[in-house]
Amino acid sequence: MTHFQRYRFTPWLLMAPQLIIVGVFFFWPALQAVEQAFYVEDAFGLSRQFAGLANFIAVLQEPDYYQALGTTVVFSLSVALGAMAIALLLAVQADRVLKGANAYKTLLIWPYAVAPAVAGVLWLFLFDPTLGLVSAALKALGIDWNHNLDGGQALLLVILASIWKQMSYNFVFFLAGLQAIPKSLLEAAAIDGAGPWRRFWTVTFPLLSPTSFFLLVMNSVYAFFETFGTIDTVTGGGPGGATTTLVYKVYQDGFIGQDLGASAAQSVLLMILVGLLTLIQFRFVERRVQY
Amino acid sequence: MSRSLLTSPRAWRRPALGLAGTLAATLLSMGSAQAETQIEWWHAMGGALGKKVNEIAADFNASQDEYVVNPVFKGNYTETMTSAIAAFRAGKAPQIVQIYEVGTATMMHAKGAIVPVYQLMADANADFDPNAYLPAVAGYYTTTDGKMLSLPFNSSTPVTYVNRDILDKAGVDEVPTTWQGLGKALEKVVDSGAAECGLTTTWPSWVMLENYSARNDIPFASEANGFKGLDARLQFNKTAVVDHIQRLDQWQEDGRFVYGGRKDEAAPKFYSGECAMMMGSSASYAGVRDNADFNFAVAPLPYDADVVDTPNNTIIGGASLWVLNGASEAQKEGVAAFFKYLSSPEVQADWHQFTGYLPITTAAAKLTREQGFYDKNPGTDVAIKQMTGSAPTENSKGLRLGNMVQIRDVINEALEKIFSGDVSPQAGLDEAAEKGNALLAKFQRANS
Repeated sequence: MTHFQRYRFTPWLLMAPQLIIVGVFFFWPALQAVEQAFYVEDAFGLSRQFAGLANFIAVLQEPDYYQALGTTVVFSLSVALGAMAIALLLAVQADRVLKGANAYKTLLIWPYAVAPAVAGVLWLFLFDPTLGLVSAALKALGIDWNHNLDGGQALLLVILASIWKQMSYNFVFFLAGLQAIPKSLLEAAAIDGAGPWRRFWTVTFPLLSPTSFFLLVMNSVYAFFETFGTIDTVTGGGPGGATTTLVYKVYQDGFIGQDLGASAAQSVLLMILVGLLTLIQFRFVERRVQY
Repeated sequence: MSRSLLTSPRAWRRPALGLAGTLAATLLSMGSAQAETQIEWWHAMGGALGKKVNEIAADFNASQDEYVVNPVFKGNYTETMTSAIAAFRAGKAPQIVQIYEVGTATMMHAKGAIVPVYQLMADANADFDPNAYLPAVAGYYTTTDGKMLSLPFNSSTPVTYVNRDILDKAGVDEVPTTWQGLGKALEKVVDSGAAECGLTTTWPSWVMLENYSARNDIPFASEANGFKGLDARLQFNKTAVVDHIQRLDQWQEDGRFVYGGRKDEAAPKFYSGECAMMMGSSASYAGVRDNADFNFAVAPLPYDADVVDTPNNTIIGGASLWVLNGASEAQKEGVAAFFKYLSSPEVQADWHQFTGYLPITTAAAKLTREQGFYDKNPGTDVAIKQMTGSAPTENSKGLRLGNMVQIRDVINEALEKIFSGDVSPQAGLDEAAEKGNALLAKFQRANS
């Protein structure tokens, strides 16, 4: 360590590319959003007035904001947990396959290479109330599928599409985690008389916990921010605001409505919220992780 | 040139010469371009429409040698407006930008950001007659005292598309012109089993609230639908619109009406023969023609016989061309010349016939008729007749409401809640009006 203290500038120089990228693409816009949140401004930037906390108060008084918050909680929990649970199941199964394992793995990883908007359109076609294959099958079962009108169905659809999209990413990590578990441990447990179920919960699952924790953080971020493309193509936030998440609302108010102040205030609140969530995850959930 | 610089070893060895060559070539190409004034035109017309836009610009460029109009496709309407605003804030605004009709209030109140068309034409001493334009089209973009703010470009109005085969099967000969008559006809369609759904609509807020109000001469909002001032507030929860939505809600129960989505999502229901009728934009004509494997016809948007005796014109949707501030004098003159070219009967008639959008001048409509287009394509003149049947009233000139994009979303949200049975029509529309009025009040605060 002492050896490096003589180099005062070299570390900065080596880190500069990364710092510049983070600075230009994150800190600078983030600071601008914080500043914007305290002003009322018209779309063209012709007049600008300091508004104090008015933007925040207006946002927090809006019933729609709480609806979006509720939707976000349901949506994010379902997507993060659903994508992880299904990926874990598939990874455990794929780990045991001996023949044609590569083909299975490739097929399971494939959806990750699909852009969110494309994934959205695929699901949209499957579930289109008039043309969709799945909706036709559901109709045969007596279920009237119309996500253009039924908020619950619309939310379910975007959750499914988002889970499908993220599953592959989780699958890769879980599979790598599983393959890193020494077979000798599982064999020892088997000799001690532990069945497959017991072996999974007492040996495999705890040893996977670093992977699971990493994925929990990544999946929360994914559910919060990266599902925008899917929501935009599948439901556009509707019907009746049933699929409007906090990020989608920032976009609706800022880009479509050109209400920069309210939109900036919402993104500041969202930044705080996600910051808190990450903090909680690292402080409380990470304690239970066994490295 | 630059490729040879990088790859040829001789250019590397003698950089001075290679560079000089590049510079000379660049200067030469710039010289030839700078003799003409460049005009940037940002638009939202993708696909075949985009090709047509490029064709119009190319024809204009070839017709004279002073100006060059460069059309740039910027994505959908929202993206085009957002990028134009961002470019304006960065001091790099295009000279012409295509803005959708619901962005009109935002644009016209951005006083330092735009050059109104009437002023542009006057400054350029262009020969410009506002009366040449169709009042029902241009009115949307004109002040109450007749000053044109932006040039109407692509405008359409809602009409009724009907599946003739289904109607024949159900024994409906004439498409009724009133909502009352339509109710009976749709009953026949559903009861006879000719189709499981009677009617659906695209763009429900535009067709069932905005245009229903205009056609039946009821105010959608106070202050002449916002034309007279920023303190306009929504009124659709206090008018016959409530009864109309109630009617659709009832029709939904027996299959006479089916809600299909906020934009064009309902169209497949009509194409597939699930619904016998669809109300939608007159510019969807080509889409209907290409997708329908049945005989179809176009009928006017019905009016409500309980509310009016003779219907008004319907109002338009679509987009207009705005001139942004910051253009040089030469560029402004170029824009004026281009707008004049764009308004000429030949260009307009061609645009109208190719795209299905309404012509913006009476001369273009007349020319199209003379060319026999309407005879060859029955139904294409329904929209134009509907638009020109009567002089626009205060209630049918258009809408000039701030935050209109979000207001439409609020209305669509309310319709979805009403049609899914969550709230009654009155309660749903009351809630929408309240939310919409908050948006209007916000716009008023930000712009006064």
